[in-house]
Formats: sequence, structure tokens, C-alpha cells
Amino acid sequence: MYYIAVASFLFLFEVSVLPENAVNTSGDAYVSAGIAEARILIPFLSTDSASSSICSLIYNGLIKVDKDLNVAGDLAKAWEISEDGLVITVYLKKGVKWHDGHSFSAEDVEFTFETILDPGNGCPYISGYTDISDINIIDPNTVQFIYSRPYAPALLRLSMGIIPKHIFKSAKDIKNSLYAREPIGTGPYIFKKWESSRYILLEANQEYFEHVPGLKYYVHRITPDKTVQFLELVSGGIDSMELNPYQYIYRSITKEFTSQVQKYKFLDHSYVYLGYNLQDPLFKDKRVRQAIGYAINRKEIISSVLLGLGEICTGPFLKGTPYYDETVPGYGYDTKKARHLLHEAGWRDNDADGVLEKDGQEFRFRIVTNQGNQVREDAAQIIQSQLSELGIKVEIQVIAWAAFLDQFINKKKFQAVMLGWTLPVDPDCYSVWHSESIDNGGLNFISYANSEVDALIEDGRSEFDVINRAEIYKKIHRIIAEESPYTFLFFPYAMPAVQKRIKGIKPAPAGISYNFIDWYVPEDEVRYKF
Amino acid sequence: MCPPNDDLGTHKGRPYEFIMKTYILKRLLLIVPMIIGISFIMFIIMHLAPGDPASMRYGLNPDISDSARARFNDMYELDKPVLYQYVSWMKRFVRLDFGNSFIDDKPVMAKIFSRLPATLFLQGLSLIVILCIAIPIGVIAAVKRNKPFDKITTVLVFIGYAMPSFWLALLAIYFFGFKLGWFPISGMDSWYTEYLDPFFRIKDLLWHTVLPVMATAFTGVAALSRYTRSSMIEVLNENYILTARAKGLSERRVVIVHAMKNALLPLITVMGLTLPALVSGSFIFETIFSWPGMGRLGYEAILNYDYPVVMGVGVISTFLTLFGIFIADIMYAVVDPRIRYGKRG
Repeated sequence: MYYIAVASFLFLFEVSVLPENAVNTSGDAYVSAGIAEARILIPFLSTDSASSSICSLIYNGLIKVDKDLNVAGDLAKAWEISEDGLVITVYLKKGVKWHDGHSFSAEDVEFTFETILDPGNGCPYISGYTDISDINIIDPNTVQFIYSRPYAPALLRLSMGIIPKHIFKSAKDIKNSLYAREPIGTGPYIFKKWESSRYILLEANQEYFEHVPGLKYYVHRITPDKTVQFLELVSGGIDSMELNPYQYIYRSITKEFTSQVQKYKFLDHSYVYLGYNLQDPLFKDKRVRQAIGYAINRKEIISSVLLGLGEICTGPFLKGTPYYDETVPGYGYDTKKARHLLHEAGWRDNDADGVLEKDGQEFRFRIVTNQGNQVREDAAQIIQSQLSELGIKVEIQVIAWAAFLDQFINKKKFQAVMLGWTLPVDPDCYSVWHSESIDNGGLNFISYANSEVDALIEDGRSEFDVINRAEIYKKIHRIIAEESPYTFLFFPYAMPAVQKRIKGIKPAPAGISYNFIDWYVPEDEVRYKF
Repeated sequence: MCPPNDDLGTHKGRPYEFIMKTYILKRLLLIVPMIIGISFIMFIIMHLAPGDPASMRYGLNPDISDSARARFNDMYELDKPVLYQYVSWMKRFVRLDFGNSFIDDKPVMAKIFSRLPATLFLQGLSLIVILCIAIPIGVIAAVKRNKPFDKITTVLVFIGYAMPSFWLALLAIYFFGFKLGWFPISGMDSWYTEYLDPFFRIKDLLWHTVLPVMATAFTGVAALSRYTRSSMIEVLNENYILTARAKGLSERRVVIVHAMKNALLPLITVMGLTLPALVSGSFIFETIFSWPGMGRLGYEAILNYDYPVVMGVGVISTFLTLFGIFIADIMYAVVDPRIRYGKRG
């Protein structure tokens, strides 16, 4: 009746609890740099990246994503999904302790998800959990989630950090409780100190259930200015930061840099696109959108804007995952094809002034993008010049984020937008591509509606099998690429740089931080000793 | 903004203390309507700006449900008319409750007080440095007018004044922090002070303070030394200086006792106007030096549409500006006999 999805981590777990297997515990510190302060250290209430990354060191979810972006157990030892997809039974690891010494149990799991589901607590992610109709504690180490309909993304949603019931059960208002700023979790690092707008200090959890982390201290240091951050990195004041393409290519070739800092690059989980308002008469014709796709030279954009540090994108899924269809040809740079398509769609330069016309209207449109993202602004300018060669006049408007959302996106009053999406590991794209998301607070602001895609998105949500899901999303990829409601541009690279004394970093599709607890510093290179 | 000092002279026949008291009271009471007016304008302008806190917080995140936005707006009454919101803000404000920040739900006053010491420390130190350097430069330049010292300092001061201060700060960081490694690049203290002895903690703090103080003091020195110089030149041309010299007093005594005392009077106004800056801090320097002060708090609040914090910081700055002007005017009357006695009926 049930099929069991016990992953191979079971074996790893059994081995890694042995003390002989403990990795180097160097006692050194790792100082990460952030431009903004964390807001709240409750996993299901945090929406900013600083809070989320600190929460991930303090708390564990039931599930996590491994280095190859597969689902793996975190607090869960194993799990079963019923054939109809309506019941997920999770078996918890035994002997896990909270930072204050209490034992972790199924009650904490039940409490966490009930807290998320209580609208009074204001969890912004609540809609990802509303299909849970019941949570049953089978025994202290087994918990069962009952769903009102099969929902494939549900499994990954169980990666939300679990909070301790014994701490929060009497809290009236979780977000204002003391423990929202002095958290207690089960994770590899224990909260130590928060100096407002200066740093947050964590200490390695000596009892951590996987093994003791290799680096004894974790510091999240606020350095709001990116230039200063770079100087801090090279002089050793911080141990890692995210480089931009210019720094990656030109600023990191000095001896000061190369002797001390190692840089990495891998595909960032995001893509940048040019999106068309499909309610605008100009972009109703598919051929026009395709023509623009052919007229844009993505290679030139990548080489000049990203200095080569990116890859061409052809569809709305993460490259390298089973959901991204590598066989989709996309739109190679081909001005001949572009001209032909525009001609077919009725756009011609009858008065020979260099601008195309149709029914007395010139082909002009405006690309709107948000301020503060140089890559998007630069890419828009290159597109402007590339399209002008075809007789399309493009204006660019750059506007501050808040006003951009308020006046253009939310009101759907734009012709084209230059934006990017961050891609979660689960490929479900209901809120961006389903026609139900055109209104109702969804993010389908370009008003894309295709009944076949709608049906596929719904199928994808209720299919648990990865191979079957991959077929569904590849199909969505092919349809969307062909219809071209977005012109997909590129996946940028993420380019973190880390001090060379820190060893054990193994770049993978998931990035570098997935095995943070295995990082260490050889004894003779330890920088911070107390 | 404030009534002219002539007010002091209108109460003929009343004792001086009485006139002074009513004047002080009147000026203090005037601050109240002024704060109400300014806070109202601030509130309206803030809400007129396109965009809203909920979309700043939750904008374009596919994982976040629409109900979260609605709930957020509901919780902070952001869907109510602006005037209604202003009145409810005012009601809390009279009880000195500035509400909670939209960003992390901490009380605005707690946020302000956690940032205030850092700014007071930096700005206070830099003010002392400015006074210690600028006044001697200005005085000497005036006394040795058109001599080499005056010419050299004039050029330097103009260079200092014309240079963008953030660029100067970055240069200072680059040379003294990065290249030479004499001082820490940024931050107010090291994260590991926790593990140090108290002595090293203080040393660590002072070490981190050198570059920010240098950078923030630089433009101040330039401005104030010019100010002192021109004021001093004016005084040196007065008849009583001529008298002092004619009496045969030493040049030293003429300059320090007779001239400087009078030349520095206008500095009271300048000092009065620095009071708000002392507290509100500088966004640019605090960002570059990762200094955890009020300037960054206010700026980050504006960027995030964090209305309660913007209002809190704004109202406090307004109050201090008004209060600074008020103190300066009173001080004038206290220290300058020409104002105190000259206008008595």
C-alpha cells in the first residue's frame, strides 16, 4: 500500500554518529559578510536572506536539499508517501536535543506546523501548508501529515525549520517573544550574541547530531558598503563575500587576493528575462515576441554585461535539474529570421525612416526595470541597441523598486519588463505561469494564459514521482519557450569568494554552503584563537 | 522660525528675570505646534511616495501568499485613510509611543536608543576634534592674514571643503586601513571583543574610531576654520582692539582675551545647529565605516518604507533642531552683554 522512500542518507547517518568519523574541529571562526541586518530568527517568519541563512544554521527542517538538489532527510530519518499522495509519514531521528538540552520529539513538529497554520501568527508562507488537513503523532518519533489533496511540493515544504514547543507553547505573540531574537534550535550552531547592526555571533553545537561543526564560531558581520566589504575580504577582516562580475574578473587578480582568497563560480538559482505584457496589442502576436527573441544576441549580453559569467537561458526552470529541457533550442541570434517574422506579422518600414510601422503605428515600446540592478539596466541598453537595428524603437525606464511594483507591476501598466526570478528547488510554477495567478495576488502579471500549461502545472503539483514530474515540466518548458511570453535571457553565475585557509569546500549544483559543517581550518592556519 | 531677539525689549519696566522667563516659556511652547506641523507634513509626504511597506516586504516572492500582505496592512492599519493613520499615530505619540518597526517589530524607541550611543560617540568625538583644530587654525590665519600660513591653510581648507566626503573616507580606508594596515577598515568593534579583557576592548574601540573620526571631522574643520577666520578678522578691525593695543597690552593678550572672546560668540549658533547632527548622524559615513548609528537607521527605514521608524527619527531630529536653535538664542543672551543689557528699556 505504501511505497517507501528511504534515502541513502540513512547509512550515512549511522556512520557519522561515530566519534572516529568526526571531522577536523579547528576552533577557528568563519566571518560572513552581510549588507543588511537579520530581522527575525524564526524560520517561518523570516523573509529576508540574512535571517534565513542564520536560521538555517540554528534550526533543522525535517527535510533538506542535498548537494545535487535532491531531497534528503534532516531531522527525518526516513519518510513514506502513501500511493494516493495524501499521507506523508515522517520517521524522526532519535536522540536529537534542543540547544537547551530538552529532547526533540514529534510534538515539536506538530507544534511548528500548527503554529504556521494558525493565521493569527502571520506566517507569510501559510499558503504552502493550507493543504495539510491533519497532523497526527503516531509515537514520539513518528509524525503523519494528512493532506486534503495530493500536493507534490509538500515534501520540500517540510524543510521549514522546526521550533521548540517547550519554549514557545506559552508565548502569546511569537514574533515579539524573546526567543525570536535569542533562538533555540537543534542545528549545528548555537545562538550566542546579537549586537544590533554590528554582528550576530553563533557557536558550534558540540552535541550536534551529525557531527561537531569544523568551525567553532560563525559570525554574520554587517558591512553595508560593497566596496568596503571587498577590502575587508582581501585584508582578512571577513572570510567570504559574494563577488560581482567586475570583481571576479578584474579585482581578484592581484597577489594580495590570489594568495589569500579562493573564488568559486556556479549557476545561480535565478534567471533574467524580458517579459511582455500580453494584454498590450503590440505583443499579442506570438511572431512579434519570437522575432524579438531572435533579434537579441544573448551571447553579447552575457559577454559584455556579465563578463562571460553566465549561461543562456531558454525556459523557466533551473538548468541542470531534470525539469529543465536541454533540448529546447531557444532563440539563437538570427536577425534574418527576426525580420522575416516581423514582416509576416505585418510590420514594415514603408516610409524608410528606419522604424517599422503597421496600420500607421510605429513599433515603439518601453522596457521598465528596477533601480539598483546594474546588470538589468545594462542588458536593457544592449537590447535597445540590438532592436533598433531591426527598426524597433525601445525606451528604457529605470525606477525605484517600491514605485516599480506599485505603479507598473501591480497595476499591470507596462509594455515590457526586465526582471529576474529566483528558482526554488521544487519546479512548481503555479504562481507565475498559471492563468489563475493573473489576478488574486498571483505573480503572472504578464497575463499569460494557456489551458494546456494550466493543466500541466496542476498535474505537476499532484505527481510525486520525479521522473514523471520531469516529463511534465519539460513539456511546460517547451510550450512556454515556443510561445515566448518572456524572452528568456540568461542564468547568471553566483560567485562567492572564501578565504583559502578554510578547507573542505566542495562546489556542487547546490552551491558551496550545503556542507558548511564539514568546513575546517588546518591547525597551523587558524586565525582566531581564544 | 523664531521670534527676533527684539522681543526681549518690549516688556518695559519689568524685571529682567521675568522677561527672560516669559521669553523662554514662549519659545518652548512654540516648539509644540511646530512639531505637530512638521510631523504632519512628514507623514503626508511619506505616504504620498509611490509604493507601500507590504510590497517592499513581500513584493514578487512566489512563496508568499497574498493573505500575508493583507494581514500586514490590516495589522498596521495601512489600508485606512492617511488622515486616520496620522491621528492614531499622534494619539500614540503624545504618550511618547512611536509604535513598532515594520521591519523587525521592535519598538521604535528601543531601536533608536540602541543606535544612539554609537552616533553620539562618533559625532561627539569628531566635534571635539573639529573645535580643537579649526579654532586655532582660524585664529592664527586671521592674525597672520595674507601671510604664508594663511595662504596655505586657505588653499588646504578649500580643497578639504570641495572634496566629496565619502570619497575622502574611502581613500582614508584604502590607505590607512587596507594598504598600510594601521587601522581597522570598518566596524565599531571586533566581533571577538566578547573574548577579550576590558582593557583590550577599549583599545579595540578606540582603534576602530580613528578613521571615522578623521573622515567626519575633515569637512567640519574646513568649514569652521573659515568661519572663525572671518569672524576674527572682523573683530580685529574693531575700535576696542585698537584701544587695547593703544593701552600697550601684549599682542598675545589682545588676540586671546580681547579679540577671541568676541570672535567666538557666533560659534554658539553653529554649535546649536550641530546638535541635531550630533544625534541624527551621517548616513554616508556610517555606511562606509559600517558604523551602527542613527544615520543608517533612518536611511534604511526610508528605503524599507518603515513608517514608524522614519517618523520616530524625523520627529526626534526636528525636536533637536528646534531645541538647538532655542538653546543658541538663550545662550546668546546669557553670554553677550550687548544683547542682555543693550536692549533693556
